[in-house]
Amino acid sequence: MINNKFPRRSFFKEILVAGLATGCHSKDPFTEKALQEEIQASGEMVQLLSTTGEIIEVDKAFLKPLEEIPSISQTAERMGIEGKKFVMVIDLSRCRNLKRCQEACNHAHFVSDAQNWIKIYSMQDAENTAPYWQPTTCMHCDEPPCVKVCPVDATFKRQDGIVGIDADRCIGCRFCMAACPYSTRVFNWEKPILPPEVLKMKYSSETSCPPRAGTVSKCDFCPDMARKGELPHCVSACPNGVFYFGDLNEDVVTNGSETVRFSDLIRDRSGYRLMEEMGTKPNVYYLPPVDRLFPYEKGLETEEEGTENE
Amino acid sequence: MNNTTSISADKITSDLLPKPFGRPGKIWTSVLIVLCLIGGIAYFRQLQQGLVVTGMRDYASWGIYISNFVFFVAISLVGSLISAIFRLTNVGWSTPLTRIAEIIAVSAILFASLIIIVDMGRPERLFNLMLHGRLQSPIVWDVIVITTYLVLSLLFLYIPMLPDLPILIKKSKLGSGLNKMYSFLGSFWKGTQAQYKLSNKAVLIITIIIIPVALAIHTVTSWLFATTYRPGWDSTNFGAYFVSGAFLVGAGGVVVAMYVFRKAYKLEAYITERHFDRMGKILVMLALLYLYFNINEYLVPAFKMKKAEEHHLMGLFSGEFSMIFWSAILIGMVIPVIVLLFPKGRKPRTMFVMGLFVVVGAWFKRFLIVTPTLLSPFLPMYDVPENYMHYWPTWEEWSITVGSLAGALLIITLFARYFPIIPIHETIEESANNKIEQL
Repeated sequence: MINNKFPRRSFFKEILVAGLATGCHSKDPFTEKALQEEIQASGEMVQLLSTTGEIIEVDKAFLKPLEEIPSISQTAERMGIEGKKFVMVIDLSRCRNLKRCQEACNHAHFVSDAQNWIKIYSMQDAENTAPYWQPTTCMHCDEPPCVKVCPVDATFKRQDGIVGIDADRCIGCRFCMAACPYSTRVFNWEKPILPPEVLKMKYSSETSCPPRAGTVSKCDFCPDMARKGELPHCVSACPNGVFYFGDLNEDVVTNGSETVRFSDLIRDRSGYRLMEEMGTKPNVYYLPPVDRLFPYEKGLETEEEGTENE
Repeated sequence: MNNTTSISADKITSDLLPKPFGRPGKIWTSVLIVLCLIGGIAYFRQLQQGLVVTGMRDYASWGIYISNFVFFVAISLVGSLISAIFRLTNVGWSTPLTRIAEIIAVSAILFASLIIIVDMGRPERLFNLMLHGRLQSPIVWDVIVITTYLVLSLLFLYIPMLPDLPILIKKSKLGSGLNKMYSFLGSFWKGTQAQYKLSNKAVLIITIIIIPVALAIHTVTSWLFATTYRPGWDSTNFGAYFVSGAFLVGAGGVVVAMYVFRKAYKLEAYITERHFDRMGKILVMLALLYLYFNINEYLVPAFKMKKAEEHHLMGLFSGEFSMIFWSAILIGMVIPVIVLLFPKGRKPRTMFVMGLFVVVGAWFKRFLIVTPTLLSPFLPMYDVPENYMHYWPTWEEWSITVGSLAGALLIITLFARYFPIIPIHETIEESANNKIEQL
């Protein structure tokens, strides 16, 4: 048993490292050469849980991470996924400012410590109205002001509705930041601190990784996850199911545990979008903070913890 | 001009020929060079470490680089005002001021282009503007009109100077570097009838096209702001507002330069008190015009006090920026108007001070247009470190900005050192014409 425990632990460590790296696609273990390599049994056994629920033992040398979907060309990244129209619904009645979405997002995209792609605003619309927590992502507008002003097409609109950034093309003029009314964009003021294996990677506008100094970044709706059929990091990180993500064409959104009709959700819960008067036509919808799961004050605990930790 | 009638052509030539620097000139030039070098060092640091050396952050994402850029573009408009508008409206007295105005325009627009590169996060990707440029972006419009204006301004400086170049060639030592430069620039000019006809025609064409191009550079620059949604920028008045402010600061700059050149090169016979008096009246008119647009820009939104505007306007009127705001209005507009309304206020020395007021007020006004708006976003400033919520330029930013201003002054200074700052040939011709009229 003792012998078995040790390799298992190190195996988990490897999975963690692999997971970290695949978040941003590092080198591909599924090249022709890698697949044809003959593998010698190492004698080290690892216990695993099979899909049928049995515990099985496998030689460690035969273990391989699951095949990632192959990375696609930059042109394909800019095109987006045909037939899709991504949409997000944020349910304000469930948000208690836990910031798990923010943590997961920052972690997955190597966002610098001082910055956040997702912000959870403490909102109060007027003196006598109730305060609430409002997470904001990029709105992935259908009339994106940032794309209009970009002089070099470094920020672009994909056919699936996602607004992406090519950090290898961005000249760092920051006009898009001035243009965005949602203050969603951040600038890499200094050289990002990155693990060496991430630093070596080719930039992908699907993951917005690795972030480049002197360029603009923002929430990208995690199109790499969408291509894999998975949910954006913020959606799966939220324990309260605040974020629904889905496809407007299929009229379906899911927060991971419930899958609902987008149009029903918006109709029944009076969904709306932010700053409609700007004419930006966002693809992020909000459900008003009625019948809340938590009182507003619950969210203040996170704020207090945050200040204590600092 | 009446007071130049008694001066002979030889006297005019020797008066207006460029002269070596005296002691003050040498000190002035060295100070400018040192300031440029400090700016260069600061920029080197910025290139190494990135824009993190500036005080800009995600909210105040544009700072004094951009406001300095707007300032440079603004002051460059004076070239078209004095040289083109006055020429077309037959304002005869402006001849001695045309070249001063034009060199201010050229050096300002040159440094406007440089400072915008300084503001870029990835200056080495400048060529992306050619490779991937998209015509729908106002930045691309700005690049196009500013390049056009730079070329036109250079021609507008050069072509009217052609008849002066043979004089410079004759007067400089044969075989010296200067002589070679003058020869390179103008040895082809023989002063024939055909050449004059051609150059007059060229000048007339430039005079006409430079006016819309000048209006375009500053209108398009104003659109960098007005095409966004932000409080304080979201205005249909912005083009006219910027252009009127540009004429004001440009005229102020010319007044300052007139005074300095007059003193340094003893040009009292050419830049007379009447020139100051007239420029003073023009300054009053332009300051009132700019004040009018300011009242429009601030009073109308303040009357409504929409939610997004409130934070911005209160910051200017009584908050974080109120000191700079009221100083810029008073120093840049109100005080010059009051002082210059009196004939005594239009004497050279007070004019010089008022010109400085206008220019300094205008510089800070540009800062007020750019940064306070960015610090009034629609969603509250939130979830960022404390230093993201305010803006104060770092020493690197100040050094680069001061260095760019010094660089522009250095170009003007060096130009006046090697070229006649008042057109020699035109002055002789006008003086002769006046004699004939008197006979």
